[in-house]
Amino acid sequence: MSAAGTAGTAGTAAAPATFVRTDVPRLRPAPTVPSGPPRPGLVRRLWRRASEVVTQVTVLGVTAVWLLPTLGLAMASLRTAGDNSVTGWWTALAEPNQLTVENYVALLSNETILRSLWNTVLITVPSTVLVVVVGAFAAYALTWLEFPGRDWLLVVLVALIVVPVQVAILPNARLFDLLGIYGHLAGVVLFHVAFGLPLAVFLLRGFFRSIPQDLVAAARLDGGSELAVFARVVLPLSGPALAALAIFQFLWVWNDLLVALVFATAESAPITYALREQMRAFSSNIDVIGPGAFLSMSVPLIVFFAFQRYFVHGVLAGSTK
Amino acid sequence: MSARARTHRRTAVLFLAPTVLIVGALVAYPIVFSFWMSLRSADGSRFVGLANYVEMLTSPGTRRAIANNAVWVVVAPTVVTVLGLMFAVLTDRVRLVKAVRLALFMPMAISFLAAGVTFRLVYDEDPNRGALNAAVVAVHDTFAPASPYPGATVREGSGLRVVDDGAVVTPGTVAAGAVVRLPLVGLPADAVPGHAGEAVPPAAGPGVRGLVWRDFTPGDAGTPGVVDPGEYGLPDVLVEVLRDGEVVAETYTDAYGRFVVPELAGGGYSVRLAAGNFTEPFRGLTWLGPGLVTPAIIGSYIWIWAGFAMVVISAGLASVPRSAVDAARVDGASEWQGLRLVTVPFLRPVLAVVAVTLVINVLKIFDLVLVLAPESVQPEASVLGLEMYHASFTQLNTGLGSAMAVLLFALVLPGMAWRARLLRRQELR
Repeated sequence: MSAAGTAGTAGTAAAPATFVRTDVPRLRPAPTVPSGPPRPGLVRRLWRRASEVVTQVTVLGVTAVWLLPTLGLAMASLRTAGDNSVTGWWTALAEPNQLTVENYVALLSNETILRSLWNTVLITVPSTVLVVVVGAFAAYALTWLEFPGRDWLLVVLVALIVVPVQVAILPNARLFDLLGIYGHLAGVVLFHVAFGLPLAVFLLRGFFRSIPQDLVAAARLDGGSELAVFARVVLPLSGPALAALAIFQFLWVWNDLLVALVFATAESAPITYALREQMRAFSSNIDVIGPGAFLSMSVPLIVFFAFQRYFVHGVLAGSTK
Repeated sequence: MSARARTHRRTAVLFLAPTVLIVGALVAYPIVFSFWMSLRSADGSRFVGLANYVEMLTSPGTRRAIANNAVWVVVAPTVVTVLGLMFAVLTDRVRLVKAVRLALFMPMAISFLAAGVTFRLVYDEDPNRGALNAAVVAVHDTFAPASPYPGATVREGSGLRVVDDGAVVTPGTVAAGAVVRLPLVGLPADAVPGHAGEAVPPAAGPGVRGLVWRDFTPGDAGTPGVVDPGEYGLPDVLVEVLRDGEVVAETYTDAYGRFVVPELAGGGYSVRLAAGNFTEPFRGLTWLGPGLVTPAIIGSYIWIWAGFAMVVISAGLASVPRSAVDAARVDGASEWQGLRLVTVPFLRPVLAVVAVTLVINVLKIFDLVLVLAPESVQPEASVLGLEMYHASFTQLNTGLGSAMAVLLFALVLPGMAWRARLLRRQELR
């Protein structure tokens, strides 16, 4: 918990721990009718107050602008295609009776979309679990085991974090074809695992290093095997880091389009792929695309809001992907 | 070798084997394989040397993509980093910090596809549907009110001329005392305002005077150029009276379409209905058209990533020593000077991390362009990542596709070296 606390402080302002009053209150005569010129410093105080108000208003304005696109998609997904083709979503603010769940009801009977949503789950969950598990073993070895070439291997793995997906799609398409998993969910999962692992190793190693050496040494002295030290000492302490990695990988895979376009077929297509197919005729399919896109982003948004502290930790620890 | 060293080695092999195998086969080896494929023909059957690279650097399609990538790499990371810094500094001193930062950071969780759908709606060209154009038109019309009679034109045979900029002028000259008739057509009935009355020519009298009306009776029963019953005057038309090319008077028509400039005497005048009466209404910008598509897509990218920059920079901000900032303030530095001379130098390493991360990310940009640019303008908006995809999977030219993949890889190589160096310096001793 403590580790997560320090890792997640990015979201909160650094508040002074203690508040020390330096101005000693002076005794003043009872207030009388105000007279005379304003006290010196009033202009300055007013200026400061005004600039505070301006800052607050600016920030709230920017925040509103930042929220509007998402709000717009949500509103559009709740209006009929007919309404969307004539007026903007904001007219629904004045006429709330435009809003209807019709599109979502239709979506629930749209087999292509439902299957693709399920495919997204089938791709995302194994990719996430595998990356966390496989990555944790590797990170443990690279942190707590002594063997020749360790630093060299680590540097190579970390450097591979930035390799563009595009470099690997053609060769891997050929390889998967040979293995017979081209177009299958397994191929998509495998690709995501491969591209998730370098970052996983980097993130987890960064955290494992912060575990006190004595703790590991003591566990070894007690006769624990390396597997036992890993499972009983290191892993239980690494909850926040594992969570950060899992969320990172989850969002990455859930949101992917490129890998899906290459390695999935209509059968194994995730939601991003299915919606992209609909986008060829954007305005006539808005009643499918709107709610589909909103549904597809609602899961990452829930994950984001529920675990934002861990997500921030992940972003801060390995901000390159 | 000690027993312990042996255990370590054996365990390390076991623990690392899956990672090394998977990453080696699916990430590292493809780099080499791509390079090899880039030297071979479209179907991979023949060795063609550097032909694919020559094609890549000479074909107009990929050259445009590379140029677009250059725009992306310069603009997007800069704007995102600067915005992130501004957001980090500003949100630091307002109420509701957490909520505000969460809202700004939220787009990071959204897929490029969902963001693309979202911004298709934002950028819709029709100001009745697209939020951005609705806002742009509203602002525009506040400062430059919409013209009262867009699309109106002159009645044929009336002798009136439409000059180049769209203004309507009388032929020849007009003398004071005469009544100038300016019949207009091409206006739908609902273009006539509610307060307009049936057209009435002004009574004869001193000065330049005249009538502007909609020369059209329902059922087309009237006579062209003549004020028939049931025809309406056009109020609020800006009328200019000219002499020798100079505007000598300006007035507006009344509810019946009449105008009078009583103080003018003599002859040699001409009457002009200003172009501003007839200009088509402003309909906003074609965001996803050929000209603006790349900036528009970059705009949506900024929306997604500004929160990332803000979060990383505000974490860095927390480590800027309070005392340094306070000392600057005591020395009389303004807020801005404090930021520029104290905070930013302290943040330099963090800003570098953010910028480099963004550059690497921007180089590979693909989904957002594919989703947001309408099919017809994709060539204008294209980037390397997208060209690579099309070359490989639309044209099935694996040689050319691989050459582009290799170029992309070469472009991120400095980022790779930078990461490795950072790791060596910070973590490996």
